[in-house]
Amino acid sequence: MDQDTLLQISQGTVDWSRAQFALTAIYHWLFVPLTLGLAVIMGIVETIYYRKRTEFWLSASQFWQRLFGVNFAMGVATGIILEFEVGTNWSNYSWFVGDIFGAPLAIEGIVAFFMESTFVAVMFFGWKKVSAGFHLASTWLTGLGATISAWWILVANSWMQNPVGCTFNPDTMRHEMTSFAEVALSPTAVNKFFHTVTSSWIIGAVFVVAVSAWYLLKNRHVRLARESMKIASVVGLVASLLAVYSGDRSGRSVAQTQPMKLAAMEALYEGGKSQCLTVVAWVAPLSKPNCMTADNPSPVVALPKMLSLMATRSVDGYVPGVRDIINGYTRPDGSVEPSVAEKMQRGKQAIASLAAYRQAKRTGNQAEAAAQLASLRENMPYFGYGYVTRPEQVVPNVPLNFWAFRVMVGMGLFFILFFAFVILQTFRWDISKHRWLLCLSLALVPLAYVASEAGWIVAEMGRQPWTIQDMLPTWAAVSNVESQSVALTFYLFLGLFTTLLVVELNILRKQIIQGPDSAE
Amino acid sequence: MKDFVIFRFKSKNRKTMGKVNAMLRRVYHLYADGFRQMTLGRVLWSVIIVKLIIIFGVLKLFFFPDFLSQHAEKGQEHEFVGQELIQRAP
Repeated sequence: MDQDTLLQISQGTVDWSRAQFALTAIYHWLFVPLTLGLAVIMGIVETIYYRKRTEFWLSASQFWQRLFGVNFAMGVATGIILEFEVGTNWSNYSWFVGDIFGAPLAIEGIVAFFMESTFVAVMFFGWKKVSAGFHLASTWLTGLGATISAWWILVANSWMQNPVGCTFNPDTMRHEMTSFAEVALSPTAVNKFFHTVTSSWIIGAVFVVAVSAWYLLKNRHVRLARESMKIASVVGLVASLLAVYSGDRSGRSVAQTQPMKLAAMEALYEGGKSQCLTVVAWVAPLSKPNCMTADNPSPVVALPKMLSLMATRSVDGYVPGVRDIINGYTRPDGSVEPSVAEKMQRGKQAIASLAAYRQAKRTGNQAEAAAQLASLRENMPYFGYGYVTRPEQVVPNVPLNFWAFRVMVGMGLFFILFFAFVILQTFRWDISKHRWLLCLSLALVPLAYVASEAGWIVAEMGRQPWTIQDMLPTWAAVSNVESQSVALTFYLFLGLFTTLLVVELNILRKQIIQGPDSAE
Repeated sequence: MKDFVIFRFKSKNRKTMGKVNAMLRRVYHLYADGFRQMTLGRVLWSVIIVKLIIIFGVLKLFFFPDFLSQHAEKGQEHEFVGQELIQRAP
């Protein structure tokens, strides 16, 4: 980004604000997927207890709920910091999104507070106070509450990726919701929700398999470890297969609404029909290729026509590359996608119309206001391009997206093999004889997190420079704050988050070492 | 802890209301006993409380003021953002 495009906003302010938001979101995402994943597994364990009513399953239920509780407590309020950052560092964005975020986040807050806090209390305090059936229902409802909370957050995020169901009000400078259903049930939101939740179940399954593997390595709580591993590996395999399905649907959704993101994920500079899906290719991770001259990477391994199939559901489908999007292209249905240069013109017109409309309103010139409003409405879909000075500015970091996508997909596919193998070993043979597999299970915990965070990197870095797709680039969304103050809070957070993470890991470690009360 | 009556009713439905009171008492005891008997929970609550104090008492108060409420008059935020977005266009 050039200094001249930012006018009075320094590049440092934009970069530090983005870095701080990314740091907080990544930290927050350490807790959320484990909460969602462990919720399913502890629900299954308690369901088995409910059916068998043995001391072993009671103890197993309480043990996994204890670890869930530690993670849940550590994750509390980490998301609130994101809202602080929006209010301070991203005030234009915060105002511009208007009421769109209000409804989903209000519902999320109410659901999170009442549903989770009520049933979490019953789950932890109610073992000898409520019936087994009510307790089981509370355990599942705790997980359901967390999942529903995630839904509303993802609805808000999906609206940024694909702003639908709204209209811009130039008088209030805010977006107003025109259809709650369109916002809440947009294909982007539905696909993102299912992909996010199923990938979170994988994290939960990997965690439980790893803790169980540690017990087997130490020859402690062997029965708990074996039984938990059976449950977690089945959950993990089902979740991995569902994540492939939901990921495929997400890919299709991205191809339709954010073709530049898809092109960056594939390092596809020059698009065309019958495009292959690159499996292995070399793209220098830290390079900054010139998107106007760079060639598509030569794939070492590729799946012929697969990218076209994924993006268009046709093996001969047309997939635009970075340059096609910049220069404009004709879709298979004959409609034309304007070039970025044309979008920039229309974006500038939209901003000019906005200024003229507001001036006309101030002077009471209703006819002029109506004309400018019509012009604004016509060009509003490209409003954000009015802040762009060079077409290359709308191209995200291609190498980062390329590799993040491959890490996510590669690990996701590996988990299918891993869980299938663990299922075979736990149900048919003796997994404790394979120390390498137990050690691998431990090593997979951080790798599962890397894969999960890589997914978010694709989702968020792939839509750069937009805070709201095509509507508001980062340098228009950011507040006019001192970059030094944002940098200071960035390091403050780095220290705070690291401390809290150490505390959490320490409590978790102690609880795992302590093990279940009387599971054997 | 002595049992207590949460609501006093003068209506004819004393029996129903008695059940409501009993249920509310059970809910109260669920929380009260639960908090009293916490072991790991004490540590977790301590961490949560310290975290909330840092987040709301330090971060929000000193480092994360609401930018618009500081720079725009109340009710005139749209004017401020409008000016910002129009002026930032190259």
